[in-house]
Order: sequence, then structure tokens, then C-alpha cells
Amino acid sequence: MSDTSQIAIDVRDAVKRYGDFTALKRISLSIMDNEFFTLLGPSGCGKTTLLRMIAGFEDVTEGAIFLYGDEIENLPPNKRPVNTVFQNYALFPHMTILDNVGFGLEMRGASKSEARRKAGEMLELVQLSQFSARKPSQLSGGQQQRVALARALAPKPKVLLLDEPLSALDLKLRKAMQLELKHLQRETGITFIFVTHDQEEALTMSDRIAVMSAGEMQQLGTPNDIYERPHNKFVADFIGETNLLEVSVDAVHEGRATCHLGGGHELTCNAVTGIGVGSKVHMSVRPERLFTSDAPVEAESLKGKVVENVFIGTDISTIVNLDDGPQFTIRTSNSDRGNKRIFDQGAEVFVNMELGAARLLVD
Amino acid sequence: MASKKFDIQAFPGFKPITLLCLIVLYAPLVIVTVYSFNASASLTNWEGISLRWYADVFSGPESEKFKIAARNSFIIAIIAATTSTAIATLAATAMVRGGAFKLRTVSFGLISMPLMVPEIVTAVATLIFFNAIGFDRGLLTILLAHIAFCIPFAYLPIQARMQGIEDTYEQAALDLYATKRQAFTKILMPLMMPGIISGFLLAFIVSLDDFIITNFVKGAGVETLPTAIFGSVKQGIKPNIMAISTMLLGVSVVMVTLSYLVSKSDKTK
Repeated sequence: MSDTSQIAIDVRDAVKRYGDFTALKRISLSIMDNEFFTLLGPSGCGKTTLLRMIAGFEDVTEGAIFLYGDEIENLPPNKRPVNTVFQNYALFPHMTILDNVGFGLEMRGASKSEARRKAGEMLELVQLSQFSARKPSQLSGGQQQRVALARALAPKPKVLLLDEPLSALDLKLRKAMQLELKHLQRETGITFIFVTHDQEEALTMSDRIAVMSAGEMQQLGTPNDIYERPHNKFVADFIGETNLLEVSVDAVHEGRATCHLGGGHELTCNAVTGIGVGSKVHMSVRPERLFTSDAPVEAESLKGKVVENVFIGTDISTIVNLDDGPQFTIRTSNSDRGNKRIFDQGAEVFVNMELGAARLLVD
Repeated sequence: MASKKFDIQAFPGFKPITLLCLIVLYAPLVIVTVYSFNASASLTNWEGISLRWYADVFSGPESEKFKIAARNSFIIAIIAATTSTAIATLAATAMVRGGAFKLRTVSFGLISMPLMVPEIVTAVATLIFFNAIGFDRGLLTILLAHIAFCIPFAYLPIQARMQGIEDTYEQAALDLYATKRQAFTKILMPLMMPGIISGFLLAFIVSLDDFIITNFVKGAGVETLPTAIFGSVKQGIKPNIMAISTMLLGVSVVMVTLSYLVSKSDKTK
């Protein structure tokens, strides 16, 4: 986001209805120039619909879409200077890799030789020059994915749209491609709009994320914002792992709320505005913000018993049942085991967290 | 036993029934082919290998008749297959890419129903139609009838092929600044080509082999190969008929094999 003054894509009050079904319920958002922007949400949340509306494959029922100030929602896809990387890549199977990448240039009026020369440069950028004479079917999934990227980037679109392009790749390749995509975005300076249902992917790559659910935008913010300060129950639950508990509010004072967890346990949480005394709301606290000890350590300490320890590679996940109360999951990084003790199953422990680690959420 | 893998060959009578089916289907063809190379003028006595009857087809007393008939057959087959394939391609594009329009199921039924209608019914109906509009019977009536009944044969492989082509290819083309026409000619058409060729070959062979409808709608004195063969057989079967039949069989086998090979070469995989 080097130049935040310019808005690349401006979606204004966009609504999409299919008959009686509303896929998008009045979305407004501004995507900045040179931004890596992610639309994140579970399947059916409307993120792909929104992307296809920007690309021009779906018409807009109500509202408007602007591309660098020009209204584009009524233009056909071939008149919009945006390109798409499709989920299944959609490489033309009867053309060579070079002709695939050169297709957009040629359709824009470049001569065959000019298109081929520029396509060759693009293939160099994604390190696939040696495959230029092959057909798509002769390439691996990861290579096809990079060809799809090169093809969409070759005509130098103002905005690149990516529709879950990594979902077909295996984990290791996906991780590598995430970094490569991020580098490509920095190198080309083109605004990327990325659609995914994978929250980890979104957190890794994005400058900003719009979390969507049921056709509505739930939260818009940086990865850090969304992870550390989720607005509502859906965002807290969808992004990362969390302890999500229903609590009743006993008192609210200066942004802090004293809450009942059940079983006589009390906890002070960060309150959001509009939460009244006596109301039942959800509370979220990330497992890595918790640690166990044999005596209360932090301001917020809750007594319980270890139910289970689960080894998950880099971390150990400890499940603790509070006495007569709810269950907490605690994550301890294996590299942190010098400072933090792992208690055996059945041990009496205290679950500690610093003040403010627990947050109340609106539903 | 129950856990054993399902094996159709273990069924009682599998082998004899298979053998019987193969014999019923192929023995007559094998016999005709073999006896077309018989040196004897008799249909049943084998007197050694000879190409005598093939020579007879090309230079014998009936050769002129067969030549004209063969030429008619091939001209009609080429034009009918080309025309019906073009129509079928457009129909398939509308059916597969036209979205869920009203009467789509009905349209599909209307296109493919001629395959189910007994050919004699189609033949009679076509004849009555030509008579009703006062159309003189001749080569043109044969051609028109062939175009009509070849459409469903050309249509089915094209539709099957097109259903296997995801519409994201065209979307990708549009996304990359192609016009709708360019997306069709540069992307969709080449991808459909195996289906189109397959449909053309099928239509060609169906037209080339047709007897019933042709016999009804042809004018007096106008013959195609099947009607000429039938006319010749009415005056008694001679071995030259077997030679013609074998050649026709050869053309059919080549066409069907080509059609199969083309439809198998799937470029989208």
C-alpha cells in the first residue's frame, strides 16, 4: 500500500440477487491501488460472486463498481482492463504455453510476434521459459498455475483477480506459491484481489482482508486487526483457533466487563460498546494467549484440571476443564517449553491470561 | 465365495452365449468378405482366390450403373454430412451454452427423436411431404431427406463433446479481451473439433448406407449405391454384389474407426 491515495476498485452498494435468493446483500468496499486484498469466507458467502461481478461474468443487480474512477459494471468482460486467474486455471488445452500467455496481448491488437515476445518475458518472470512450446496437459498442477498467472498478468491488467487459485495444489506447493504470489504482486505493482476460504492463506498474503459470510461483509481490516480484534462471533470463530464461550456480563466499567463463565468462575474481558449488564454474550480468547501453572500467576487465573495433551508438531495443545465450568484449549509452543510447563493429564492447574486477552463479541 | 471379486466370466453360459452373439453378428460379414474373393461364378463353391469380381464391379456389364450410383452416393453423403454437421453444431451450441431456456428438454427430444422413429415411418412421411408440396423426386429429394435424418446422428457426438468442455475456457477468452466471436472461433471450435469430425463421419456413413428412406424419395432412374445393389440383387445374387458389399463395408469400418479415434483424442485432458 505504497500509494493509498488512489482507489483501484470501488464497490458501491452492490447487490446480487438470483430470483428470490440474495447472494450479496449491499456490499461497499474500496480496494486501494497496489494492494493485496483478500475476500475471505466459507463457501457460499458471496466472495466468488463479488469477484465475478468485478470481472464482468455476473451482472450487478443494484449498485455500481468503479475501476480507478471509471464506472465498469455495465461493460462486458472483454472491455474491462482486469484479468482473472481461474480456479481450474482454464488454460487453453489446444494452444502452447507461449500462445496461452500471449492470447490476451494478441486479442488486444498486438501482432503475433509481439505477443510471443512479451509472453516469453512473462514466462521468464514465472520461471517457465523452458516449457513455452509445451501444451498445458504436459505441465504439473503447480506449473499450470504459474502459466495461468503469467497469462493473466501479460496484458498488464489494472487489477488482477484470483479465484481460489491455490486450492488444487498440495500443501507444500501452496505455501511456496503463496510467497511467490506475494512477490509477484510487489514486483508488478498490480492490485491483486484474491478469493479464498483458507484463513491461514489470507492472513499470510494479504495487506487487507474482507471477511464475508452469508452475502455480508463481517469485518474489513489488516490480518492483525482481524486476528487480534475480531468484531463478532463469526470472525473470531472463522479466523484461527479460539476458545469461544458464552458468558453473562456482571458489570461493565471503563471498557472492561466482568463476566461469569459458569461454575462460579469470573473473568474480566475487553468489552465492546453496546453490551449491557446481565446480557449473555460470547467471549473469545486465543489458545496461545493462555498458559497453565500450579499457582495463580496472572491477574486472570482460573482453576481446573488437565483433560488431555495433544502433540501437534510445533505446538502442544492442552485441554483443561475448569472445575464445574467450561473447557479451555491452551496452546504452548514447543520452543517455549523452557518457560511454560506442560502438566500431566489429571493435574490440578490454573489457566492464566493477561488482562485484555479475553474479548467480548457481538453476535 | 461371497467375498470374491465380481467376475462376469464366472456366470454359467457366459462363454457360449458370447460366442453365439459374435457368430450371429460377424459370420455373415466374414462369409461375404471371403467369398468376394472367390474365383468361381457360384456363390457357394470355393474355387480359389481371385479378384475377378472386383474387376467385374469396375468393368463388368453392370459397372456403368454402379459407377453412377456410387458417385451419387458419395456426393449426397458429403453434402448431407457437411450440412447436417453444421446445423448440428449450431444446435449443440444453443443447447449446451444457451443456458436453461424454456423447452430445452423438448428441443433435445425433438432433435434426437428421429433416431427412435422407425425408418419406414420417416420414409413414408418424407415421401408424402414431398408429394404434398409438389416436389419432383430426384437427387435433390434424396439429398434433402438425408440432411434431415443425418442431423441427430451428427448432433449426439457434438453435444457429448461440448458438454465436456467447461465454460471457463470461453470466460477466460472473454476475460483476455476476445470478442464473443473470437472466443467461439479460437477457443470453442477447436476444442469441439473432435466431436464435430466424429459427428460428420457418423452422418457420412449413415447417409452412404441408407436404403429405406432413399428408396422412397428417389426419383425413377436415380440410384444410390444401396438402391443399385438392391436392384441388382432382385435379378439374382451374383458374386460381384459381394465385392461391392465388401468395399462398402471397408469404407464403413474406416469411417467408424476414424470417428472413434477422433472422439478419443481428448485435448482437454
